[in-house]
Amino acid sequence: MSVIERPDGTPERFSPPVSPAAEPFWAATRERRLVLQWCRSCDRPIHFPREACPRCLGAELEFRPASGLGTVHAVSVMPKPANPTMAERAPYAVALVDLDEGVRMLTNVVGVDPWSVAVGVRVAVAWEPLADGRHLAVFVPAGGEPTP
Amino acid sequence: MSGLRGRAAIVGVADAVSPTGELEGSVRALEVAMIREALDDAGLAISDVDAVFSNLSAGWAPAMELAEYLGLAPQWVDSTQTGGSSFEIHVEHAAAAIALGLCEVAVIVYAATPRSSFKRGGGGYASRGAMPGPTPGAEWELPYGMRAPMGAYALAASRHMHEFGTTSEQLAQIAVDTRRWAAQNPRARLQELITVDDVLASPFEASPLHKLDCCLVTDGAGAVVLTSAERARSLRKPPALVLGTGTCTTHSMISEMPDLTTTGAAVSGPLAFAAAGLTPADVDVVQIYDSFTITVLLLLEDLGFCPKGEGGGFVADGVLAPGGALPANTTGGGLAYTHPGMFGIFLLVEAVRQLRGECGPRQVAGAEVALAHGSGGVLSAMSTVILGTEATA
Repeated sequence: MSVIERPDGTPERFSPPVSPAAEPFWAATRERRLVLQWCRSCDRPIHFPREACPRCLGAELEFRPASGLGTVHAVSVMPKPANPTMAERAPYAVALVDLDEGVRMLTNVVGVDPWSVAVGVRVAVAWEPLADGRHLAVFVPAGGEPTP
Repeated sequence: MSGLRGRAAIVGVADAVSPTGELEGSVRALEVAMIREALDDAGLAISDVDAVFSNLSAGWAPAMELAEYLGLAPQWVDSTQTGGSSFEIHVEHAAAAIALGLCEVAVIVYAATPRSSFKRGGGGYASRGAMPGPTPGAEWELPYGMRAPMGAYALAASRHMHEFGTTSEQLAQIAVDTRRWAAQNPRARLQELITVDDVLASPFEASPLHKLDCCLVTDGAGAVVLTSAERARSLRKPPALVLGTGTCTTHSMISEMPDLTTTGAAVSGPLAFAAAGLTPADVDVVQIYDSFTITVLLLLEDLGFCPKGEGGGFVADGVLAPGGALPANTTGGGLAYTHPGMFGIFLLVEAVRQLRGECGPRQVAGAEVALAHGSGGVLSAMSTVILGTEATA
């Protein structure tokens, strides 16, 4: 899967904390693998990872590989950065992406003109390195390599 | 109809705003001033108060700390915090507690000075909690740089446009009509009339929302006092009876919102109408949280003033403006009157003033039923309060 290098001269992104339930999720990002938590009782995916299933409160949970493919459910372009870590990136697209497995993630759609990102566009996961060796899941238009 | 219908009333109100957007004094000083004014408006004294509601403080236990500051030993404290809708929820809780005899005189207060704080070099409103803890928001949303809160509302607008063909022009009409109310309110921050083109020409804050689709950042403060309907009838001003209430929270982060185009108001609204024994057609004036134009559009649909998806067409012909069929946000709202981080207290204050006939040029003639609807977080926490005059009891 694609690696999106942090653009030259841009600061590190805000480093997300790791909640105990999400340790396997973040560990997989070190190998640029997208995994999702599943409830064995419901046989349905859960995102964000929790200590219990938000449908049945069951605690029989496991992580399974995800396809990394999804569809843009909603999108907004930020013409101004939300915080100094994003200052050099604006304008950038913030999107809710529905993964094919059936969960929704907030993310960025990158490698493309942010104003061209539309609801319904197919996207694939890509990975932006974080300072501690983890990666942040971002998305690029599916089937197309990101352009510089 | 519920057993709570007409059992409690809002009997005192106060708010402090300025066309400059700034107020003198600390948050505590403003809170105390609002409590004093609202009690005086009701004809009650601080010694009458036995219930204290506060959603925020500099410490960790807002209502308890405020009670200490006021020298009170209340028998009911409530620090429920859902952002901008906290105060509608406080009214619901106060009305229930009063109806059950658990307290008799309740004070609900809010004050914030983000604008003057920012000018003094502080962090403005965000300074209340500058460093995020290890919350789900920090882990799953913060790294992506969504501007808060407008980015979340922009995502909802994006989806509503995609599903229903809602346009930026339709959203802009809400800002235009709200400004027409502000033009009749000498205390409003923004009083100059605007056009749809003005809204569309203002820069994007988070597409598809333009700057003029977004609420203000001002200082502001307000308070309301509730008591039993029986006691209310002996007080200074005509009571605004609590006819019905409803609350529903659906999420905290926007990525967890079950349906970006349907809010918890689709639950809280019907609950409130059922409790009141009323329908949307019975409402004379609405105060609907206008953090952003899209907020109003979604809430009009969810509260039942028009079908889901038809909000754009519903607002397009000025129905919300002075002289329109559904007078809305008659102060000028969060878009033009004031918005000190949270707006819910002002919805209640104006609803009461409309029912009392105190609103001068912006008065809605013959208003007997008013609806105040608070929205907190990122379309997260919805609370509906339906108020009525004695004639509706």
